[in-house]
Amino acid sequence: MEAGTPELVRLEDLQVGKTLTGRKHVLSLLVENKPGVLARIAGLFSRRGFNIDTLAVGPTEDPDTSRITLTLDGAVHPIDQVTKQLHKLVNVIKIRDMEPDHTIAREMALFRVQAGVENRADIMQFAEIFKAKIVDVSRRTLTIEVTGTNEKIDAFERMIRPHGLIEMARTGEVAISRSRADA
Amino acid sequence: MRAADALCEALKAEGVEHVFGIPGGANLPTYDALYDADLIHIQSRHEQGAGHAAEGYAKATGRVGVAFATSGPGATNLVTAIADAMMDSVPTVFITGQVRTELIGTDGFQEADVTGITLPVVKHSFLVTDPRQIPAYIHQAFHIASTGRPGPVLVDVPQDLSRAEIDYEPAAGPPDLPGYKPPTEGNIKQIRLAAKALANARRPVIYAGGGVTNASASQELIDFATSDKFPVTLTVMGLGAFPAPHDQWLGMLGMHGTRTANYAMDNADLIIAVGARFDDRITGKLSEFAPRAKFVHIDVDPAEISKNVPAHIPIVGDAKDVLPKLTREYRALKADSARLEDWWEKLRGWQSDHPLGYEDSSDSVIKPQFMVEALYEATEGDAIITSDVGQHQMWAAQYYHFKRPRQWINSGGLGTMGFGLPAAIGAKVACPDETVVCLAGDGSLVMVCQEFATAAHHGIPVKVFLMNNGYMGMVRQWQELFWDGRYSAVELGDSPDWAKLAEAFGWTAMRCDDKRELTGQMRTALETGGPVLLDVHVDKTENCFPMIPAGAAARDMVG
Repeated sequence: MEAGTPELVRLEDLQVGKTLTGRKHVLSLLVENKPGVLARIAGLFSRRGFNIDTLAVGPTEDPDTSRITLTLDGAVHPIDQVTKQLHKLVNVIKIRDMEPDHTIAREMALFRVQAGVENRADIMQFAEIFKAKIVDVSRRTLTIEVTGTNEKIDAFERMIRPHGLIEMARTGEVAISRSRADA
Repeated sequence: MRAADALCEALKAEGVEHVFGIPGGANLPTYDALYDADLIHIQSRHEQGAGHAAEGYAKATGRVGVAFATSGPGATNLVTAIADAMMDSVPTVFITGQVRTELIGTDGFQEADVTGITLPVVKHSFLVTDPRQIPAYIHQAFHIASTGRPGPVLVDVPQDLSRAEIDYEPAAGPPDLPGYKPPTEGNIKQIRLAAKALANARRPVIYAGGGVTNASASQELIDFATSDKFPVTLTVMGLGAFPAPHDQWLGMLGMHGTRTANYAMDNADLIIAVGARFDDRITGKLSEFAPRAKFVHIDVDPAEISKNVPAHIPIVGDAKDVLPKLTREYRALKADSARLEDWWEKLRGWQSDHPLGYEDSSDSVIKPQFMVEALYEATEGDAIITSDVGQHQMWAAQYYHFKRPRQWINSGGLGTMGFGLPAAIGAKVACPDETVVCLAGDGSLVMVCQEFATAAHHGIPVKVFLMNNGYMGMVRQWQELFWDGRYSAVELGDSPDWAKLAEAFGWTAMRCDDKRELTGQMRTALETGGPVLLDVHVDKTENCFPMIPAGAAARDMVG
């Protein structure tokens, strides 16, 4: 496209990008460790009508910053708009929309299950298959700790629920990107 | 020095000359510091008034407006002004007193969690927890309020901390905020792409908004528009950014815009949006908005791009940087202007078929549109006009042909009734040599009539021309058109006697109900020193047309 012979852009060829990706997104936010930051993020989500699936907050290697990991459904929310709105918050330093293929994401969950003599062995076998740990025992219950991807935890829940799920607590996912092999 | 003194020093270092506000228990230290500080304080009569005055000051000049309020009710009274400044991107810093640190969270006297309350309506906010933060936060607040997309920043200062002794050193430069890096320069590849699309467009429209004024890019907009014969329309926030008396001007866009401007968007093949945000008052029914158009969207706030209408060519950047580059790139393409001739023929057709107009009265009755025309004549189209919200605002937007940016000061986004008088006070303080007229509505003015005292007390010679129709006129219009004429709670009756009220506050007051005398009385009011109210009794039931009914498409305009 040399000057004088401009190749113009045909308007019919202009397209807009897709706003909905149709998959789950894990956003990893580096934020300033200051009071009220979580309230700003939560407030932004509620007033813009974005629904958070999971949320996990914790310290990072730097005491001045915290990491917030949240998961959202990209089939429902325009992720691009969500990240742009988050970027407007002055306390949000960095946002990464984690690439599923290059991300290690883990969640931890605790399950309290009914476990009498008749099904205790079955449940312990499930726990073993899922590499889960029994962390508390009573006469009629077992408490089990499971760590893994949230799909794994969903699967464990499906297996255990018919046995009588009394209580469940999940942390929400935390994520970190994979290192390059040569790093 | 005391942290409160450092606060005032920091304000002065930021170039502040005027602050608006009201003292109270929790901000006593700040007001004590103000006693000696070389700052002019305008004592408003309600914190909302102080907030809107700070907005008017900022809108008239582009400089940061500042308002003070005490804790609790003082701070909550500011909330409307803060929300207003957020919606219209007004650079403002609000400094509130807070109860003593040890009382925070105990439901102490006059305690309100104002940082919490205002969280959704601030660009950013600070709650001071250490007195040394006070001047630093002031500098950060100014930086954030005035850069990128401007907006309100709140600094909440507990009473005990503002009394503490600190060392104050003026800030050496702009603060370093790791999470705040507003974009400035547009991506040149995107700009080139836009220029090429434009060179191929046969029915282009430039649709610009308040962002152009905020970027001080009015001249750049004119240069761009006149680099070819591009038609221009503006949002209510943008009025003045392109001169209304201009060959390429289509009139205002949106719900009460001209048919030509709305039809142009409906038929356009390429829309260049500059510093505008596709508000529902512009788009009407979103799914039927500009159905034939591709969009170039230039905005300093990336989150505005593709928020409501997906952009084909997004350009994130300051209009003052992007527009000259776009003009240069477009000129280099040497596009053939003749391709726009058919388009202009169509536009001219709409302009001649659907001019703005009203049926003027044959007798003495004052039509509200006539009142705006008289205002234009009496001020030679050169005054700063502030307005409230409603019919009179739309008539002002339609009939006062704003020719320069910052001449038109109104509440566009939040639509705050009562904005006009305090905003006029702020504008007049900022621009003492300009004529400042508040074109007020009677429903609106009564909401802030305590600010008559502010103007009288400080001798601020604003002129209020009240469009008095005895109704909340726009609501009445909607009830007439869309609610079967069931007029519910819109009639205002004869109260107050406006002339008596204004006089009681120490204003000069006049009244007019004869159209033959109106322009002359306006001139008299403008020539009279001090604040003046002219109470103009207009046709009570005139409706504001044309109009796109809420949720309808542009082509379905009525009236």
